[in-house]
Amino acid sequence: MLELTPKEIMENRHMTINPCKTCEPVGAMFCALGAEKCMPHSHGSQGCCSYHRTVLSRHFKEPAIASSSSFTEGASVFGGRSNITTAVKNVFDIYKPDIMAIHTTCLSETIGDDVGSYIVDMEVPEGKTVLYASTPSYEGSHIQGFSNMMIGFMKYMTKKTGTPNGKVAIFPGWVNPGDDRELKRIAELMGANYIYFPDHDGTLDHPMDGKNEYFHDNAGTKAKDIEAMGDCEKLISMGIYCSLEPSEYLKKEYKVPFSNIPVPVGVKLTDQYILELQKFTKKEVPKELEDERGRLVDLMLDSHQYVYQKKAAIYGDPDIVYGFTALCLELGMTPRYIITGTPKAHWEKEIKALMDQYGVDESEYVVKADTDLFYLHQLIKNESVDILLGSSYGKQIAKAEDIPLVRMGFPVLDRYGNPIQATVGYAGAIRYTEKIVDAMMDRKDRDAADEDFDVVM
Amino acid sequence: MRQVAIYGKGGIGKSTTTQNLTAGLAEMGKHIMIVGCDPKADSTRLVLGGLAQKTVLDTLRDEGDDIELDAVLKEGYGKIKGVESGGPEPGVGCAGRGIITSINLLEQLGAYTDDLDYVFYDVLGDVVCGGFAMPIREGKAREIYIVCSGEMMALYAANNISKGITKYAKTGGVRLGGLICNSRKVDKEQDLVEAVAAKIGTYMIHFVPRDNAVQRAEIRKRTVIDFSPDEPQADEYRALARKVDSNEMFVIPNPMKIDELEEILMQYGVMD
Repeated sequence: MLELTPKEIMENRHMTINPCKTCEPVGAMFCALGAEKCMPHSHGSQGCCSYHRTVLSRHFKEPAIASSSSFTEGASVFGGRSNITTAVKNVFDIYKPDIMAIHTTCLSETIGDDVGSYIVDMEVPEGKTVLYASTPSYEGSHIQGFSNMMIGFMKYMTKKTGTPNGKVAIFPGWVNPGDDRELKRIAELMGANYIYFPDHDGTLDHPMDGKNEYFHDNAGTKAKDIEAMGDCEKLISMGIYCSLEPSEYLKKEYKVPFSNIPVPVGVKLTDQYILELQKFTKKEVPKELEDERGRLVDLMLDSHQYVYQKKAAIYGDPDIVYGFTALCLELGMTPRYIITGTPKAHWEKEIKALMDQYGVDESEYVVKADTDLFYLHQLIKNESVDILLGSSYGKQIAKAEDIPLVRMGFPVLDRYGNPIQATVGYAGAIRYTEKIVDAMMDRKDRDAADEDFDVVM
Repeated sequence: MRQVAIYGKGGIGKSTTTQNLTAGLAEMGKHIMIVGCDPKADSTRLVLGGLAQKTVLDTLRDEGDDIELDAVLKEGYGKIKGVESGGPEPGVGCAGRGIITSINLLEQLGAYTDDLDYVFYDVLGDVVCGGFAMPIREGKAREIYIVCSGEMMALYAANNISKGITKYAKTGGVRLGGLICNSRKVDKEQDLVEAVAAKIGTYMIHFVPRDNAVQRAEIRKRTVIDFSPDEPQADEYRALARKVDSNEMFVIPNPMKIDELEEILMQYGVMD
């Protein structure tokens, strides 16, 4: 399908082909679905909302609920005040959420709708919350939208009573529900009393229980916990691009100190997460975690010969790609191309610093933010790699160039079971080490001559 | 930090008045930044001595998102800082969105430093759409001055702008600080503007007489206070600066219906 991609890389290409990102409201909607009984609301025309829900549904294989202001030509001329006012009334009447989290769209941003002032004028039922975040999609990416919505929640809900609640706040960044469970499990093993936000455990991977309901009980971060974040003693936030701005907001408004660490993929980054928890709890790391770590390191050693110096192309969202670059380096692989579509130039420096830690010279890899998969394909055309690590959108490249693809990050639209399992923590690293080693070994088997085709490997 | 937005009908002298007023405030030792919110980008010409800097949006277009504050912010007369938001070519794109983009960008770049006493927004024409209301939205300008004259259309515009302020008064906390009359030598001008101001619920903060000293200074790309500090007109602007600095009357305006406005115009405008 992609056999016509040319080898020559054009310097000033004023278009994106096969993008490696999606729009801000997708992130805002995803974030909002991590709060208990929260209805994400898209302030714009219906098409936006349908698309965002579709992407989320196709990744999580679960319904992603959201309502829309249903802009028509009238609303784009006269502004969306009456639409949003009616929408808020209808949504509370019909679906009965506790929170409505409104995000804007390109259209409402362009006409300059001041959603903040609309909310002040609205009649909101007693005990319910309406909040909003500005998410113009012509800047940033879905990662920025996620970050903006986290700030939106805090702006409208978080309070400081002045009495510390003895808890640590944890911002996981953009991860799957399986990761949420894993990160919470580690926090519990470390004996931490925590507030975890946003939490998609149970909202976007709800067990089959035969019930048909819009909102599930005990799924998502509770409103009272979002409120209480202002009284937390410390914040551990993961991922610079998903969580740093929200962390800075919590520090600025409520004086909660924070440590921003990378999303814990692989050995070292998981160690870092555990050490941050330990700084707070002052407790010993339990044997259970040490054993898990030991098993992971053992697995890495056993399978080392099959991945050593294998070249990888890693693409996707900045925080998760950083984590996977670290995992590949730990496995002794060679990250050759490291790509994100999110327009944050500074990310390139962070990847470089990571590569420096392993003594990899700049000439041995290409790192680029704000680019697309067409560019990645061109790089691969010039010098191929042994494995692709990233979203489903790389599958055409994988097929065209006959390279194995291990799916990770967002979105994985063409496989099942991924979001309910962990990517992070030692457990996640065990899972992905197995996936990567399997991919390399399957390839070896496929290409083996009869005399080299071994049963024991 | 007082954040002030200057509105008024197109061509009424908003930019001239803003810059002469800020020159007066600078003489009083105030630290000031002017944010030009007009695609023509001429809101800082007199304090910076010409069209000195590239606009925010031009810089954004040519150099991408990664821009430095120094590239768009220049210092001129009396250490007044000037930024021009700029905008698309006439007939293309969306100037309102341009204002939203550039004000957001200035915030991100840290242009709003704590040492500033005043930030002035010089906004083009009417509040025609959401973008042009940006300077009076939440957390931005808290006080508005409307530049007008005794001409009918200028007062029409002033009344319209008051409607915009009323809309944002509840949520953004924005208030009308007064009308500045930039005289066009219309009959009974002062009385008329004072009457309209009273009807809207505010007052005429200063009557700036018409004087060729303004034009002489403008041709030299300077403010009157800078170019001819001894002219009587320079004292007029100094007086305006003092009045704005000590102004305490901030109101939610009460815009008139068109009939009421026509009535006042008839009362003062028709000479027997």
